[in-house]
Amino acid sequence: MGFVTFWFILIAVLWTGFFVLEGFDLGVGMLHGRVGRDDAGRRAVINTIGPLWDGNEVWLIVAAAALFAAFPDWYATMFSGMYLAMVLLLGALIFRGVSFEYRGKSQDERWRRGWSLALTIGSLLVPLLIGIALGDLLAGLPIDASHEYTGTFWTLFQPYGVMTGVMLVAVCVLHGAAFIAMKTTDEVRTRAWRTARRAAPVTMLAVLAWIAWSHVQAGGGAFLNLIELTGCIAVIGAAWEARADREGWTFSLTTVTIACCVVTLFTDLYPNVMISSTNPAYSLTVHNAASPAYTLKVMTVIAVVLLPVVLAYQAWTYYVFRRRVSAQQFRPAAAALASPAPPAAPAPPAPRAPAAQETSAGPTASQGGKTWKQRRWTPW
Amino acid sequence: MQETLARWQFAFTTVEHFLFVPVTIGLAFLTAMLQTSWYRRRSPEYLRLTRFFGTLLVINVAIGVVTGLVQEFQFGMNWSSYSRLVGNVFGAPLAMEGLAAFFLESTFLGLWLFGWDRLSRRVHLATIWLVFLGTILSAAFIMAANSWMQHPVGYVMVNGKPQLNDIWALFTNPVFVWGYAKVVLAAITTGAAVMLAVSAWQLRHGGDRDAFTLSARLSLAVLVPAILLAMLVGDELGVIEARFQPMKIAAAEAQWTNCQPCSFSLFQVGGGNNDQTPTELIAIPHLLSLLATNHWNGAVSGLTPLNEQYNKQFGPGDYVPNVFIQYWGMRVMAYLAVIVTLVGVWGLLLARRQKLGTSRRFLWCATWLVVLPFLMNTAGWLLTESGRQPWLVQGILLTRNGVSPSVSTTWLVISLTVYVLIYLGLGAVDLMLMLRYARRQLDAPPAQQDTDQPVPAMQY
Repeated sequence: MGFVTFWFILIAVLWTGFFVLEGFDLGVGMLHGRVGRDDAGRRAVINTIGPLWDGNEVWLIVAAAALFAAFPDWYATMFSGMYLAMVLLLGALIFRGVSFEYRGKSQDERWRRGWSLALTIGSLLVPLLIGIALGDLLAGLPIDASHEYTGTFWTLFQPYGVMTGVMLVAVCVLHGAAFIAMKTTDEVRTRAWRTARRAAPVTMLAVLAWIAWSHVQAGGGAFLNLIELTGCIAVIGAAWEARADREGWTFSLTTVTIACCVVTLFTDLYPNVMISSTNPAYSLTVHNAASPAYTLKVMTVIAVVLLPVVLAYQAWTYYVFRRRVSAQQFRPAAAALASPAPPAAPAPPAPRAPAAQETSAGPTASQGGKTWKQRRWTPW
Repeated sequence: MQETLARWQFAFTTVEHFLFVPVTIGLAFLTAMLQTSWYRRRSPEYLRLTRFFGTLLVINVAIGVVTGLVQEFQFGMNWSSYSRLVGNVFGAPLAMEGLAAFFLESTFLGLWLFGWDRLSRRVHLATIWLVFLGTILSAAFIMAANSWMQHPVGYVMVNGKPQLNDIWALFTNPVFVWGYAKVVLAAITTGAAVMLAVSAWQLRHGGDRDAFTLSARLSLAVLVPAILLAMLVGDELGVIEARFQPMKIAAAEAQWTNCQPCSFSLFQVGGGNNDQTPTELIAIPHLLSLLATNHWNGAVSGLTPLNEQYNKQFGPGDYVPNVFIQYWGMRVMAYLAVIVTLVGVWGLLLARRQKLGTSRRFLWCATWLVVLPFLMNTAGWLLTESGRQPWLVQGILLTRNGVSPSVSTTWLVISLTVYVLIYLGLGAVDLMLMLRYARRQLDAPPAQQDTDQPVPAMQY
C-alpha cells in the first residue's frame, strides 16, 4: 500500500470520526428544543455535549486540512466547485458554533429562543450539506479536463447526493436521541426515548435505501459486501433496540451504522475521489490529485504520532464527563429546594463511575441548597 | 474583478478573524497565570479573577473558532489555482495545525470549562495551560505557512510547480522565526491590554478594589515587557524582510530611489501610490538605514530600481505594492506602540507607588488604551500582506493567477455579502457580550467554610 492509498484511507477515517462523534452533537442540536422542552431541559440537553462538541467538530477541520495537504486538487476542485453550498455550510457551522456559547449568556427569552433556532437549523444543515457534497463525489459532477467544475449551484442537488444528505440527517437524529437518553435523567430521558422510537423506523428505511442505492451506484454486483451488510444489520439492530428503550445498545449500533455508511461511500469511490460526469477520463483520482511522496511521508509521520495521542485525550474527556446531566440542575435554586431532586449523578447506567467521585457533584449535592456556588457562580 | 473581490474577501475575513485570535492567545495566557496564582496561593481573589476573565476568554474563543473555519475553506473556494499549485507545501502546516493544535485547544477548553468540579486542582490547572499551548502551536503552524508565502523555502520546482523537499526549512525560515515571535508577543500585548482595560473600568466604577488591582498589576507586568520585546522583534523582522522582500520595506518608507544613508520620515503629506515626490515634514537622518539594515549607513533600494530589476527577472509588469497602505501601516503600528508603552510604563510607576487603583486619569487612559493594540495588529497585517503584493507567493505565483477559474463574480459577490453581514452581526453580538460580562460585578467571595468545596463547572 502506497502513501497515496494510506492517505485516502486516513481521509476516510477522519470523515468517519467526524460523523461518528459530531454526529450525535448534530442530532442533539436538532433535537434539543423538542427533547428539552423548557429552558432547564434544553440546557440539560445542550450541556450533555457541552464539553465535547468543539473537540468533535475539529475532526471536520482536520479532514478538510488533510485534504488540502494530501490531495490539493481534490480540495481545490471540491471547494471551488461547491462554492455556494460551502458558503451555506459555513453559515450553518458559524451560527451553530456560537449558539452553544452565546445562548446561555443572557436571560432574555427571545435571545435564547433565537440561538436555539440557530442551533437547530445549523445542526440540520451541516449533515445535509456535507451529505450532498460527499454523495456528489460518487454520483459525479461536471468537471472538465483541467479539473475545474463547470456546473451551477443547482447541479449539486442530484438525487443520490440529496439522498446521502437525508440519510445522514436521519441517522444523526437517531444517534443524537440515543445519546441524550444515555446522558440525561427523568423526563428529558423519557422524551429522548420517545423521539428515538419515532425516528428509528425512518432512519432504518433511509439507511437501507441509501446502502442499496450506493451498491447500485458503484456497480457492486448481486451481493452486498461485508461493510454494507454490517451497516444494514447495525441499523436494523439500532431500530430494534430503540423500540426497547435500550439507549446504550442503540447508540453503539448507530455508531456502527454511521461508520459503515461513511466507509461504504469511500470504498465505492476508490480509486476515484471526484467522478467527472462530463468524461470519466477527467475524473480526479487518488493518483492525479495527490501531493508528491515527500509531503505524504512527512504527513504520515505526523499523523501516526499525533492521532493516537488525540484519540487518547479525547477518550479521557469522555470518561471525565461520563456522568448524566439532569434538568434539575438548571432550575432556579428555590425550585430545587422545594422538590428534593435526585443529585445529578447516581443514575443506573453509568456503572463504572467510582462512587466516591459522584457524591460531591452537582450544586444540589450540598445540603441546604443555597450555597455561594449556586447563587453566584452560575448566574446564566 | 474576481481577483479584486477575492482579495477584499480575504482581507475582510482575515482582519476580522485576527481581532479575536490575539485576544484568545493573550487571555488564555493571562487566565492561566491567574489560575496558577490561585493554585499556588489559594487566595480566593485569584479564583474569582480566573473565572471572570475565563468567561471573557470563552466568549471570544467561540467567534475566533468559527471565523477560523472560513479561513480554512477560503483557500479552496476562492484560491483554487493557488491551492492546486502549492497545496503540497502550504497545506502541510495547516493539516499539522489541525492535528497538533486545534484538537488540543478545543478538547482542553471543554475540560477546563466543565471540569472545575471533576478534575483535581493540579490537572485542572494543566488544562488551561494546554489550551494556551494549543493556541500558540496553532499560531506557529499558520505563521510557518504564511512565512512560506513571504519567503518560500524548502522546495524544488518540478515542471513549474513547487514541491516540498524539506519540511524543517519551513520552521527555520527566518521570516517565520521572527514573525512568529512578533505575533505571539503582539497577541499577549493585546490580551494584557484587554485585561488592563477591564480592570481599569472596574476600578473606575466601584468594582472589587483588591481583586482588580491585582489583575491590573498583572496585566501591566505582562504588557510592558511584551510590547517592548514586540518592538525589538519587529525591528529585526523589518531587517529580514528588507533582505527577502525589499519592495515591502521600500514601500513602507515610500522610498522611490536608492539611498545610502537613508532617513526616516516621521510624517509626510502626499506620497500616494504614484506620487513620487511627497513632502516629508520631519525626517530623521540614518533611521531608515538603521531600521532596514541594522547599519548606520546601510543602503536601501528604492521602488523604481527594484521594479526595473523585477521586470527583467520576472517579465514586464508593475511590482510595486500599495505604497499608501505600506507607509501608513508602518507608522500606525510604530506610533501606537509608543503610546501603549508610555501608558504601560506610567501604570507600572503608579503601581510601584501603590496608586494604581486611585489615579482616575490613568484608569481612564488605560480603559481606552484597549483600542490601540487592535489597530496595531490590523495595521501590521496590512503591512505584511499588502506588502507582498502583487505576489501571492513571493517570486513564484502572482495573486491574479491564484484565483479560482470556476468561481464567477456573482458567486463572489454573494459570498462576500454573506460574510460581511454575518461578521458584522456576530462582531456586534460579541462586543456586546464582552462589554456586558466585563462590566459585571466580580462574583462574591466564597464563604469561609466553603473554600475547600469543589468549584462548580462553567456550564452553557
